[in-house]
Amino acid sequence: MKSEFIPPIGKISQISGKCISLIGNDIDTDRIIPARFLKCVNFDSLGKSVFEDDRKTLKGSHPFDLKENQDSSILIVNSNFGCGSSREHAPQALIRWGIRAIIGESFAEIFYGNCIAIGIPCFTLPKKSILNIQKYSKSKNLFLEIDLKNSSAKSEHLNFNLEIKESSKNMFLSGEWDATSTLLQNSNLIEQKINDLPYTKFNKSNKLFETI
Amino acid sequence: MSQDTLFDKVWDLHKVSSLPGGSDQIFIGLHLIHEVTSPQAFGALKEKNLKVKFPQNTVATVDHIVPTDNQSRPFKDNLAEQMIETLEKNCLENKIRFFNIGSGNQGIVHVVAPELGLTQPGMTIACGDSHTSTHGAFGSIAFGIGTSQVRDVLATQTIAMNKLKVRQIWCENKLSHGVFAKDLVLHIINALGVKAGVGFAYEFAGPAINALSMEERMTICNMSIEGGARCGYINPDEKTFDYIKNKLCAPKNENWDKALLWWESLKSDENSIYDDVIKFDASKVEPTVTWGITPGQSVGINQQIPLIEELPPNDQFVAEEAYKYMGFKPGQLIKNTPIDVCFIGSCTNGRISDLRIAAKVLKDKKVSKQIKAFAVPGSEKVANKAKQEGLDKIFKDSGFEWREPGCSMCLAMNSDKLIGNQVSASSSNRNFKGRQGSPSGRTLLMSPAMVAAAAINGKVSDVREFIN
Repeated sequence: MKSEFIPPIGKISQISGKCISLIGNDIDTDRIIPARFLKCVNFDSLGKSVFEDDRKTLKGSHPFDLKENQDSSILIVNSNFGCGSSREHAPQALIRWGIRAIIGESFAEIFYGNCIAIGIPCFTLPKKSILNIQKYSKSKNLFLEIDLKNSSAKSEHLNFNLEIKESSKNMFLSGEWDATSTLLQNSNLIEQKINDLPYTKFNKSNKLFETI
Repeated sequence: MSQDTLFDKVWDLHKVSSLPGGSDQIFIGLHLIHEVTSPQAFGALKEKNLKVKFPQNTVATVDHIVPTDNQSRPFKDNLAEQMIETLEKNCLENKIRFFNIGSGNQGIVHVVAPELGLTQPGMTIACGDSHTSTHGAFGSIAFGIGTSQVRDVLATQTIAMNKLKVRQIWCENKLSHGVFAKDLVLHIINALGVKAGVGFAYEFAGPAINALSMEERMTICNMSIEGGARCGYINPDEKTFDYIKNKLCAPKNENWDKALLWWESLKSDENSIYDDVIKFDASKVEPTVTWGITPGQSVGINQQIPLIEELPPNDQFVAEEAYKYMGFKPGQLIKNTPIDVCFIGSCTNGRISDLRIAAKVLKDKKVSKQIKAFAVPGSEKVANKAKQEGLDKIFKDSGFEWREPGCSMCLAMNSDKLIGNQVSASSSNRNFKGRQGSPSGRTLLMSPAMVAAAAINGKVSDVREFIN
């Protein structure tokens, strides 16, 4: 557990840190943060509860409990990570635990979008490469320096390319991953759009878009 | 790249701009909010000193945390009370319409919006809940979003999103007797896998889909996300329009005529291009039950839990995990698996037709002695209708508990939970580890009719033996 949580802000072009490997396909957001922890009106206390039930079941041997992983910040996962519920509480719990980037074989879509929206870049690699990294980081500490611009990662002994959606990469490099301000810039177009939509017109005098 | 599908048409209609990063800015016609994923979004708005841009396009209800036994306020659970109070306050401050408990219109957000006529063809709909895909049953493009995107919709009525590819899932023939929409969608997810839909919108089409009622279509689209697809939809038709007509928020009089004219033009063109097309024969689908820890791990009622070597290499890892967690043996028959708890409800199967079919199975029968069984209507409207029809009495006479509307044990955020390693027969949508409130609880997903049959026999049963 890290002490104080400082959220990422602005342009993100480099991330470096120690890898933590979590093995398993289809790890859903209920497992990342069980529903009972969603009873909150802010995300502040979620970090300590990440993977709560899985960790309890493994009685101290879960990767997030191992002593050597406590200062890790790059999570290595397998396929379809983050499937299920749209709860942003899942990446919010991960980032508050200390995760700043995720590398995996594939990600569920809403989870991926949530990660981008809070400043966690998610990279993909073929299954074999992920298995190799997980195997390597099991025997020794793996520190990675990720360069977003070149979509590459390097360590003392390794050097490899990472894949990331072009649009996500651009958003991190420009700092526009926090989308609100970008979206707000098109205020006029938005006004025009709402007025042009057929259903705005035919719903005008009924209860659908009633103002209270 | 897809062309001229309903998805393409609705996407293009709602596109506000191409963003510098390469994604699109999409206008959201209807924004639905609830107590779990919205408070942080309102908090973020305040922090940024922003206002809700179009409060009339957002509608709220409360569903996830509400107790289903005693709904009097304040709730016994302080945290739940704090969440509903926060939603009440946020709606009041921002002039957002809120269908609260007791309004007659409260319920699970994906049950409420269609029954109020809020959900309409050709709209974009977003909600901080993955089962927003439900609304696609009306030919709207509807998807779940995270809390940061809820903030974006509140602030701008738009989100940044990459356009999805479109896969048509064509369902030939018709479902056979005793086989329901839930069985079909579980069958589809089993065949394609839980991540096949990533990056896709699923268009469900074909004679078997056309034959489904609107409520059954909602069950299909609801589960799109369990197949990895953020959005699932069905081209609107007469059934769609009939369902909407005269609903509280539906267009009326000359506006109805205008709406109908537009809606009738909204469908994928006959020669539209899909990124992918997959065909199923609906007549081959059996009552389907999950045996594992993902909604893709299911078998027909008369089948065995698959052996590890029968599964594709990529599915073997999760299967091993599932055998262990569920305590099932590969090769074991799913039929006759003992059950502890039966749950009928959720945004997947908590509508009036779901309660009707379950009541038909339960009528003049008794729930097996060792079973705890409860039915949770999807909304106050559903509950009232069920009472009018005397369904609540049938449930209660059989030994089911009859509860107040909410999400309940689908995700167990209230006090409805499995205990220890209990096995539930559940009409909900997810059988993930710990999903129903106990870290070692086990969930078997099935249709509401199958849950009713399991309740009577105390074990997984073939509902076709109960209905003629």
